[in-house]
Amino acid sequence: MTEATLRVESLQTHFFTKAGIVKAVDDVSFSVARGKILGLVGESGSGKTVTGFSIMGLVDPPGRIVGGRILFNGQDIVGLSEDRIREIRGNRIAMIFQDPMMTLNPVLKVETQMVEAIRAHADIDRLTARNRARDALGQVGIPSPEERLDAYPHQFSGGMRQRVAIAIALLNKPDLIVADEPTTALDVTIQGQILYEIQKLARETKTALIWITHDLSVVASLADEICVMYAGRIVERGSVDEVLDRPAHPYTAGLIGSVPSRNAKGTPLVQIPGVMPSLLNLPSGCAFRQRCARADDACAAAAPEPVGARRQVRCIHPLTEVA
Amino acid sequence: MSGTPIIELRGVSKRFVKHLDAAARFAAKLGVNVREEIVRAVDGVDLAVRQGEVVGLVGESGCGKSTLGRIVAGILPQSEGEVRYRGKTQAERSASERARAALAIQMIFQDPYASLNPRMRVADIVGEAPLYHGLVDKAGAEAYVDETMRQVGLDPGFKRRYPHQFSGGQRQRIGIARALAVQPEFVVCDESVAALDVSIQAQILNLFIELRSRLNLTYLFISHDLGVVRHLSDRVVIMYLGRIVEEGPADALFDKPNHPYTVALLGEIPRLDTRKRVFAPVKGEIPSPLNPPTGCHFHPRCPHVMARCRIEAPALREIAAGRKSACHLNEAQ
Ligand SMILES: Nc1ncnc2c1ncn2[C@@H]1O[C@H](COP(=O)(O)OP(=O)(O)OP(=O)(O)O)[C@@H](O)[C@H]1O
Ligand SMILES: Nc1ncnc2c1ncn2[C@@H]1O[C@H](COP(=O)(O)OP(=O)(O)OP(=O)(O)O)[C@@H](O)[C@H]1O
Ligand code: SF4
Ligand code: SF4
Ligand SMILES: [Mg+2]
Ligand SMILES: [Mg+2]
Repeated sequence: MTEATLRVESLQTHFFTKAGIVKAVDDVSFSVARGKILGLVGESGSGKTVTGFSIMGLVDPPGRIVGGRILFNGQDIVGLSEDRIREIRGNRIAMIFQDPMMTLNPVLKVETQMVEAIRAHADIDRLTARNRARDALGQVGIPSPEERLDAYPHQFSGGMRQRVAIAIALLNKPDLIVADEPTTALDVTIQGQILYEIQKLARETKTALIWITHDLSVVASLADEICVMYAGRIVERGSVDEVLDRPAHPYTAGLIGSVPSRNAKGTPLVQIPGVMPSLLNLPSGCAFRQRCARADDACAAAAPEPVGARRQVRCIHPLTEVA
Repeated sequence: MSGTPIIELRGVSKRFVKHLDAAARFAAKLGVNVREEIVRAVDGVDLAVRQGEVVGLVGESGCGKSTLGRIVAGILPQSEGEVRYRGKTQAERSASERARAALAIQMIFQDPYASLNPRMRVADIVGEAPLYHGLVDKAGAEAYVDETMRQVGLDPGFKRRYPHQFSGGQRQRIGIARALAVQPEFVVCDESVAALDVSIQAQILNLFIELRSRLNLTYLFISHDLGVVRHLSDRVVIMYLGRIVEEGPADALFDKPNHPYTVALLGEIPRLDTRKRVFAPVKGEIPSPLNPPTGCHFHPRCPHVMARCRIEAPALREIAAGRKSACHLNEAQ
């Protein structure tokens, strides 16, 4: 088997706050092979972004990676010097942030930002770089890209800013892209255009992708594999068909049941009862148990360990057997 | 339903003009072809929303939804046209009436991070305005904040935190809590559930529905998620490049879209049961609000384009009871 582009092993990222330790990511493992797309879905606040930040070396104090390894092309990148990390970031690994203004500088024209991103890693003249930037804007469906290069971020619509950030991440054809809710504010046609470019990149340059999203229908049509996160852990993992057609974890099944198109119009939408427990003080045993219809005493006794190999679930009473 | 609409727009337009800087002005004097760039973000929109109604606003990214939403919410002045709230424009009100009207219409912003003050704690972000406007007294303020946070699925235990200490979806809910805390009559929701997983999305949408039936709240609901729009809206308005191209009752419009753009849009809805779909690039050039196509804005992409469409912009006309569409095809028959 060829080496995966990214292999995350037992990653733990915690925030040491005054109120206590927030275990935002706690024992997370997965891998993405070259040219493959992994969908990372899960409840709001479950640790998806922090997982992405950990890979990018962007966790700021009071947060810290307290355990595990992140192997990028076989090399552990946890604890690398800031210089080395910066070299990898923006060249070999790129992140599309949930908030596009994390990528964009509000006081610089889009052209300046894109040209600098290109020239930081390639020895080409300004004009060639500008032309490449213009084409990149066109690829993500920005009309009049030539004129738009001269605009500032605030002169773009929300979805256009998101697309500029995507264009910047694609510029240097990295080995790995961590895309955090990249198409949340995009209509279906533009979304289709972006997904077309993403598929092309994965196919042609073998870029591996982690696609963080809450939109199950996008993962369904795009991803090869899905990881479902809940309260800092991956609770279910498998191929798209396995997870969406035969969910094993009760949380995954609840997510699928909440999709609006599966609910009759006007009726209240099915929601998973209760709320995710605070990561500051998780209940004993399974973190989902206060919301789970299948919970019993065994679920309170100990946190379920992952069962299975490639296809995995963390549940004592799964809806389907995975082993 | 009859009576005065709660919000009424007449001929509303918004143009953003990019003025030439000194160098460009100089170049223009020398005869170089530079000119002022004008973005017609909103172009002659008429819209009425009745009390208690949920109107969904849908359209391609960049077509002017947020701009229209901000005009409705009174935080962006229109370049042309009139905005009436309960029959009156803001200019026709006294100062105190104006302030009350401004409070009654709230907006939940598309970009939650930029709209939250990074140096304020959540308790203040949510609790300051209701206290200031006397909706709660000092003694009740804390409990009020807790209750509002709980309603949107945020743990009140986190109210001493700053916005950057929350996840993306949690921040979005802070924006929702802040808007609802001042007990508005009309809420403009701009992609308000876009960053939320479906279960929390369901909780928020159920809250919107409940507030509507309990308090007769009215919503302008901007979203690209057609499943959500259909589920929630009574009426749907479709925008294309600054103009309304179709509007009608949600079910009728989704079941039998009239405008060719609406037809194209509905055909693209991604579904849970499409797997490993091969995506195709957008066909034809995406038109630009900097340089909109002549006649019908949709003509370069329309499969039914006729000679007339390139010259004459179709008017938004009634095509059936409660339904309007702006397409020349409707007159051909
Ligand atoms: N700086 C911080 N200090 C304390 N807690 C934090 C900090 N940053 C994040 N957290 C907490 O860590 C948890 C995981 O956050 P993360 O941003 O990874 O969630 P997410 O899965 O990306 O959610 P969403 O879908 O809402 O974006 C959240 O509960 C959040 O409140
Ligand atoms: N302050 C501004 N200055 C110049 N142009 C602007 C400004 N704000 C918006 N625009 C332009 O107006 C048009 C409409 O923008 P708007 O934000 O209303 O779109 P939208 O429909 O909300 O799109 P999205 O779905 O991407 O959020 C866009 O072309 C945008 O670039
Ligand atoms: S371990 Fe128990 S509580 Fe947790 S998801 Fe499985 S059945 Fe539910
Ligand atoms: S007016 Fe003409 S171009 Fe426009 S939507 Fe109708 S048929 Fe198509
Ligand atoms: Mg996130
Ligand atoms: Mg917008």
